[in-house]
Amino acid sequence: MADGVRVVDRPRTGIGVSTRRPDGGPKVRGEFAYSSDLHADRMLWGRTLRSPHAHARILSIDIGPALTIPGVSAVLTADDVPGRPTYGLTVPDQPVLARDIVRYEGEPVAIVAADHPDTARRAIASIVVEYEVLEAITDPQRALQSPAIHPDGNLIRTVPIRRGDVDAVGSVVVEGTYEMGIQDQAFLGPESGMAVPDGAGGVDLYVATQGLHQDHAQVAPCLGLAPEQVRLHLAGTGGAFGAREDLSMHVHACMLALHVNRPVKMSYLRDESFVGHVRRHPAHMWFRHHATPEGRLVKVEAQILLDGGAYASTSAYTAANSARFACGPYRVPNAVIDATCVRTNNAPSGAMRGFGVVQVCYAHESQMDKLAAAVGLDPVEIRLRNVLARGDELVTGQTVDVPAPVRECLEAAASVPMPPPASDVDDYGLPGGAGRTADRARIRRGVGYAVGFKNLAYAEGYDDDTRARCRLDGGVATITCAAAELGQGFVTVAEQITRTVLGVDQVVLAPASTATIGSAGSSASSRQTYMSGAAIAMACRQVAEGARRAVAHRHAVAVEALEIDEGRIVSRDLSIDIPIGRASEEPLEAEVNHHHRETFPMDPVTGQGDTDVSWVFAANRAVVDVDLDLGLVRVVQMATGQDVGKALNPLSVVGQIEGAVSQGLGLAVMEEVVTTDGIVRNPSFTDYLIPTTADMPPVEITLIEEPEDGAPFGAKGVGETACLSSTPAVVAAIRAATGLELSRVPVRPEDIALADVRREG
Amino acid sequence: MAADPRPQVLAGGTDFMVEVNYDHRRPTAVMSLRRVDELRGWRRHGDRLTVGAGLRYVDMLESEFEVSAPALAQAARTVGSPQIRNTGTIGGNVATASPAGDTLPVLYALDAEVTVSSTRGDRVVPIQELIVGPKRTTLAPDELIVSISIPVSKGPQEFLKIGVRNAMVIAVASVALVVDGDNRHIGCALGSVGPTIIRCSEAEAMAEAEIDWDRLHLPDPRVYETFGAMCAAASSPIDDHRSTSRYRRHGVYVLATRALMRAFEPGA
Repeated sequence: MADGVRVVDRPRTGIGVSTRRPDGGPKVRGEFAYSSDLHADRMLWGRTLRSPHAHARILSIDIGPALTIPGVSAVLTADDVPGRPTYGLTVPDQPVLARDIVRYEGEPVAIVAADHPDTARRAIASIVVEYEVLEAITDPQRALQSPAIHPDGNLIRTVPIRRGDVDAVGSVVVEGTYEMGIQDQAFLGPESGMAVPDGAGGVDLYVATQGLHQDHAQVAPCLGLAPEQVRLHLAGTGGAFGAREDLSMHVHACMLALHVNRPVKMSYLRDESFVGHVRRHPAHMWFRHHATPEGRLVKVEAQILLDGGAYASTSAYTAANSARFACGPYRVPNAVIDATCVRTNNAPSGAMRGFGVVQVCYAHESQMDKLAAAVGLDPVEIRLRNVLARGDELVTGQTVDVPAPVRECLEAAASVPMPPPASDVDDYGLPGGAGRTADRARIRRGVGYAVGFKNLAYAEGYDDDTRARCRLDGGVATITCAAAELGQGFVTVAEQITRTVLGVDQVVLAPASTATIGSAGSSASSRQTYMSGAAIAMACRQVAEGARRAVAHRHAVAVEALEIDEGRIVSRDLSIDIPIGRASEEPLEAEVNHHHRETFPMDPVTGQGDTDVSWVFAANRAVVDVDLDLGLVRVVQMATGQDVGKALNPLSVVGQIEGAVSQGLGLAVMEEVVTTDGIVRNPSFTDYLIPTTADMPPVEITLIEEPEDGAPFGAKGVGETACLSSTPAVVAAIRAATGLELSRVPVRPEDIALADVRREG
Repeated sequence: MAADPRPQVLAGGTDFMVEVNYDHRRPTAVMSLRRVDELRGWRRHGDRLTVGAGLRYVDMLESEFEVSAPALAQAARTVGSPQIRNTGTIGGNVATASPAGDTLPVLYALDAEVTVSSTRGDRVVPIQELIVGPKRTTLAPDELIVSISIPVSKGPQEFLKIGVRNAMVIAVASVALVVDGDNRHIGCALGSVGPTIIRCSEAEAMAEAEIDWDRLHLPDPRVYETFGAMCAAASSPIDDHRSTSRYRRHGVYVLATRALMRAFEPGA
């Protein structure tokens, strides 16, 4: 029977199997408690007064009217911040509450706690702030020539790369400028959490976040509390995509809770959320590609300008990513690249899926298509002639020493059968969809290709280590790890890894908290499976080793006489065969602190250095139908070839890829935060459009499994890469259908329909 | 409703509740019409349809209704998401009076008449007199929209709507075209390209004169684009975060041209 269980059990719940998410059913049924559902007895509601101006001097704040409103318990301003007045992920340059100056629309100025959300809202509306409006610097191209809008200056970072012969010239040269608008992460669960005072001067904060410990490191100093007086616990998190890297309501809720000595909950409304988190950096980019007549790349020149918005957040590292990945997954012997991120009076930019690479991927892939046309090759062939492979060097000089199946990804995407022609599609499947605008005679189909790659885990010498603890007691394995589950499926993979190593059925994931274990690092940069998954596997293996020693001791045999075999402790002669779950009377426990390999900074002049831990690659082919007169686009099919190392949960991997494709498609044709002089014009899901099921085509996915040595079961992180190449693939397909240049995303209907008019204008 | 304070009327709530959520309205009393079954139905008598104000978008998609009012059904199909269509009503669309209200261009093109009721009695108002501006109507605070009367379809009807995604989107521009073959009349109205719905009377008259009404053909194919251009000229769009005035006007031109092409084949 034991053997039978082993055979059946493994495929059902271990790695490589598409097990169901433990939180899937409750989420679908509406029973999952998100951070916005938190509640406690005597709880008050917090709310934030925000600047209506992109740039203004605060002359006075009168909180008096708010204090007179019945039900209002506290009204706090910058004067009430108990500790460090500023915070930030990389440099503490952002005020908890603005004191003298507001630098973007939506910057927090005051906070209130009241007995009801409406009371809090009315209290906010009653606060009188006198502003002197200042000129807003909102054009990043003017930022460096403008007066400093922050004591740290308007330059956040310039990242140069000089590689090989900087004077090299190719016989074929193509040039282009490209622009990307502001993309929002558009998570559904708003910024929210609840702070609960502990009665001894400390506070517990239950919050939706990507990284509990990185939040903790910022929250405690701002509260003026010792680290152990502040504990952060992960609350149900409804998506993140980078937008929960930075603090939002964290310090505010804690300040209010400590002030009134009652639990305080804050939950942003949707319009507030659009200015309540960092967004993807909008970009202006110039590229010049040099190649041989055969289409082999000789040199890439690039000037990349990112708008960092009012505060630094992670902009310095985003700029570095834009520089390092500016050439795409190609062999490029010579390069002259400068990526610059500047400060403006737009809302802060920061992390978003693809982190600085989405921008340049759109540009370098547009360039590769230009190059293909210039040398007379098709888009697939130009890429195949230049793709990176394992053993090649990047423009940083670092050797790609992990599987790099770029060719395989592209060939997989290119070989997917084409979808049926538009003539086979019903009216609702044409561009314009439910609006039934299409005239079949005016539909053109186009096909486009793109490849992309990105680093896995943090770079440039940053040691984003992680910790996991495994405790095996009574056949139940309990995993403690502070990794944030955002919806990506870490909880599923963590259970699968534990079951696989220990052979147990029952796995409990302890709540993620700063109170129970050290940092797991952020759920960012495609790193949690790769990093914390590895730590869990190691902790489980140490527990298995403890089980082996316990069995050896009990049976009075040498430890070496026993083997750990698929969740069992087995002697060579098979006289001992005990499941690990029953190996020890005493609980077994192990905690692992796992570091990825050491990385190094970029040389400040040449950008050279072994900066990265690993890389992930993907390719997309997009097929679109375009209404030539109205400029409406229907993406008919996406084909994705995705480097995964090893798919630990294929269904989760497919979900990540489909989601990434959706976000990339959205950026290609609809997603943009529209601003005028720094003021957001469309802060709602009525007007910030993301793809619906009617916009999402079938995604035909091929997983390329080339396990990476040292990664957990060979798995790479797959959260980001399909989002890089899907945007340029869609734009390339629209170009193929229309013959237009399309040097800006998102491509708006008028960019197609009124292209001639716009050129004249 | 004549009470003091007067309750605010809740039909589907798809606009109303958003305003409440954002504290743009603070109703002290709300009167829900959801269980007033008398407002829910529709009936045909002779060549007219009486549509209850509480008829939901999803109800308009039923085939029997669609046969009698195809453009209204098509407009209903483009409204929001299934959840919105399951609760939103035609009366609410009229009362909200947004220039982007999806059923409104159809109602204008059909010369719909709205029956409004209060304790003082009923009155029947042409839709273009009820709606006087963006989100502004001549409804008195104690008046309730009871029903809407439209003619039964007597020829081709089209509703086309441009949005930046393929479903669940506010109109950037829309065109309704209804043809009355018996009376040799065309009605055409535009959505989202002016402060209210815009009726294209000059374009209608031009096309009516060009159509071969016995065959429902259009002998001169140049008329399609002329019609589109006249509709575009009648529009009065603005630049906003959803689109530009230039694209909206162009969109009206394309949609109106296509609508007329669908309604009338070329040739003598």
